[in-house]
Amino acid sequence: MARYYTDEHEWIDVEGDTATVGITDYAQEQLGDIVFVETPEVGTMVDKGGDAAVVESVKAASDVYAPISGEVVEGNAALEEDPALVNTSPEENGWFFKMTIGDKDELDGLMDAKAYEAFVAGL
Amino acid sequence: MSEDISDTHPDDMPEKPVLPLDAWHRKMGARMVEFAGYQMPIQYAGEHLLHGGGIVAEHNWTREHAGLFDVSHMGQLGVEGPDGDMQAAADALEALLPGDISSLSEGKMRYSLLIDEDGGILDDLIVTNAGPRYTMVVNGACKWDDIAHIREHLPDDITLTHYDDYALLALQGPKAGAVLEELVPGTGKLVFMTAGLFEWNGAHIWVSRSGYTGEDGFEISVPADKVEEFADALVANEHVQPVGLGARDSLRLEAGLPLYGHDLTTETDPVSARLLFALTKSRRESGGWMGHAPVAEKLANGTQTKRVGLKVEGRMPAREGALVFDGDKEIGRVTSGGFSPTLGHPIAMAYVASDYAKTDTALQIEVRGKRLDAVVTPMPFVPQNYYRGE
Repeated sequence: MARYYTDEHEWIDVEGDTATVGITDYAQEQLGDIVFVETPEVGTMVDKGGDAAVVESVKAASDVYAPISGEVVEGNAALEEDPALVNTSPEENGWFFKMTIGDKDELDGLMDAKAYEAFVAGL
Repeated sequence: MSEDISDTHPDDMPEKPVLPLDAWHRKMGARMVEFAGYQMPIQYAGEHLLHGGGIVAEHNWTREHAGLFDVSHMGQLGVEGPDGDMQAAADALEALLPGDISSLSEGKMRYSLLIDEDGGILDDLIVTNAGPRYTMVVNGACKWDDIAHIREHLPDDITLTHYDDYALLALQGPKAGAVLEELVPGTGKLVFMTAGLFEWNGAHIWVSRSGYTGEDGFEISVPADKVEEFADALVANEHVQPVGLGARDSLRLEAGLPLYGHDLTTETDPVSARLLFALTKSRRESGGWMGHAPVAEKLANGTQTKRVGLKVEGRMPAREGALVFDGDKEIGRVTSGGFSPTLGHPIAMAYVASDYAKTDTALQIEVRGKRLDAVVTPMPFVPQNYYRGE
């Protein structure tokens, strides 16, 4: 399994033909208390860099973008009951959705953990 | 959360103004954001914080203990007649405000409005009889416009002073009374909407029992060079923790209190905003204040829209700008909204067509193409908890 990061603070775990997407610990800390997450419907086609989900903190609504193109195959139902999972476990239990990998080449432009760490350190 | 500052006068503002507690907030772990032309704390973070930091924790701390807010961005103004002539000052203010100022006795405070010629709301404010003058606290984002407006309309023998060398703190929450009494003896005797001059460590401080969270509490005007020391003395009490603008917004929304620039603008008027308590009865008839004629017309004939509270079903917040519907018919717009930490569901304020303003009216709000069910609900959403005496 390989994990990649975007400069919009999403992470994507690639396992075979599917991938899991969430937001990073840095992102959840910036957003603050999450009160609602709108995950995409199963079957939604998402485009790399396009809107995929919405995360609502007490303060504001923020878009979550698709790191790559593909089809949504599952939304994280646990977030409906407990959106705060994004705060407590952003890079594990607080994942947003699973998707197919439309074009493996799109992963090439993403950061690995080390590059993302350096990116965040520079913000 | 942001406040529109586009119409402040840059010419009147000092370059890159820094509020007196700027360094103190950073030391306390604040995340600073630009607000009303200043860097202000939106929320705090860090192990040292008893509430743990974050908007919800800070919100809940204020409802249960006492939150310390820096509201030094607000304008603290004084209006004084020749040789302290209070009647002359009151007359001058009554030409601009729809409230009865003359009968306000010393130490008493009143919520009021600056209204333009068309009946639109320029700002909301608190006026206090602080003999030998009246003082006013106005919104930070409006203060330069307010000053210009008031100056333009005050008679020449009335002096307007901007106390920009004073910080303003708000201490809010059920523990505020006991905490401040211990630090500044005598303040515990103040009741809601009264104020007085006190002394702390050789400094004169002006203490009002008021605030904008729905909780008991105080607003305290402190000389800028003393305020860091005073803030330290307050947070030295285990019941007091710093609270940022984020929680200030969620607290005032739960308390049903409108926020200028959002729920009140020049496009709204005191009648549709349902702020009739700011229009003293005698003065509704006598007039003599700017905007009286258009406001009187609205009082007599009603308004097309009214400000209402909405309880939103589910968990998805409806925010400022969201449109309100009755079926296919668009009937209003949300002016502030968010998730209520105290109630555990979203709440909102909206202006809706007056036919739909009755309590329990079922409406829908459109958010990102989805319709959320909402019900008109009396405000405050969370009961206010003011101290009116034993």
